[in-house]
Amino acid sequence: MNSTAPPETRPGGHQYRLFMWLGLGLAVWIAVYYWLQPLADFLTYRVLGLSAAGHLGSSVAFFLYDAPKVFMLLVLVVFGIGLIRSFFTPERTRRILAGKRESVGNVLAASLGIVTPFCSCSACPLFIGFVEAGIPLGVTFSFLIASPMINEVAAILLYGLFGWRIALIYIVTGLIIAIIAGWIIGRLKLERFIEGWVLERRNSNNAETTASLTLTDRFKYGLNAVREILGKVWLYVLGGIAVGAAIHGYVPQGVLASIMGKGAWWSVPVAVLIGVPFYSNAAGIIPVVQALMEKGAALGTALAFMMAVVGLSLPETIILRRVLKWQLLAVFIGVVASGIIIVGYLFNYIM
Amino acid sequence: MIIKVLGSGCARCNQMETLTREVLKEMGVEASIEHVREIKKIMEYPIMSTPGLVINEQLVVSGKVPDKAKLNQIIANALAKEK
Repeated sequence: MNSTAPPETRPGGHQYRLFMWLGLGLAVWIAVYYWLQPLADFLTYRVLGLSAAGHLGSSVAFFLYDAPKVFMLLVLVVFGIGLIRSFFTPERTRRILAGKRESVGNVLAASLGIVTPFCSCSACPLFIGFVEAGIPLGVTFSFLIASPMINEVAAILLYGLFGWRIALIYIVTGLIIAIIAGWIIGRLKLERFIEGWVLERRNSNNAETTASLTLTDRFKYGLNAVREILGKVWLYVLGGIAVGAAIHGYVPQGVLASIMGKGAWWSVPVAVLIGVPFYSNAAGIIPVVQALMEKGAALGTALAFMMAVVGLSLPETIILRRVLKWQLLAVFIGVVASGIIIVGYLFNYIM
Repeated sequence: MIIKVLGSGCARCNQMETLTREVLKEMGVEASIEHVREIKKIMEYPIMSTPGLVINEQLVVSGKVPDKAKLNQIIANALAKEK
């Protein structure tokens, strides 16, 4: 009886089809990915006839390989993370964190910061929601630090341009900074610097409004994430890779070692200082950072710069001013910036 | 029907308003739409991440912009409850 029914009414038939599409997509993706480098070389050296030893040839080959590679990685990982995020909501995260004491809470909050969907404009409602649920201030901050700092677009770009080790270092140090900075802020007992009206709220309604999602919903969520994020960053990514390609092909080796290299001790704090007011768009910055590093900039400095851009978003801190008094805001920025600077020095030292 | 869009001005919050207006027009439903941007007013509802949608003082969507079909359903449900 069941075999003659249309797929949609057969139990599990719909899910089966979704997984088939997923598998197909992945297979196509892998196939294309393997052909990117040979294709880029072919187009540059055979079709366009550029010389492999020349500046232009070098730049063009770099661009033709890196641009599609980065976009393909973006699509894959943003979709994947979107799927994971569909399982987490701020309400659920709050429920998990409520009642956890500090240190454990800090670690949990930072980890959840990665998988919970979060946009800067939600910083205030989320902060208030966490405070009302009795989550310690330091734990809330661990979440608020980890969420923007550990950016999947940044991680993807780092992986695509520097390899998995650097991407992993970025994620791990981001977590460590979030955990420790949040813990420190907790120890400082700064609750009195939360805006009065937040603390006076009696209207704490912890109701959840979200219903459970189907697999199709989750796939749609992932696809939406891809469309949204790609739509926002594609121009920056293209631009960044183009600049990176130019630096790769034209700037001679070692030129930057003197100003951005290990020798210049002030390069790390300066990099962080420059990074903070940058409007937070990891996408365009990283390809530039890669090319700079090829020419002598130190890893620690580059990493610190990138984390300052992504992790200390000036627009978000301005928004947080509505719920935090400036003293708390200043401590928040100071602790995170110090953490980033320390990480920068650390990597300049050990690499 | 009294509809409020909760959001502090980012792209998604505006999207929520645009989509809501569109759906209302298509459904031919009469409703007043208010876009609440001030954080204190937004927090009168149990919301943790913007954008949010409030229909007749009930928070029905929070955290993302629903797709059109779902929004249609939500508004239809609210209409049914009104009767």
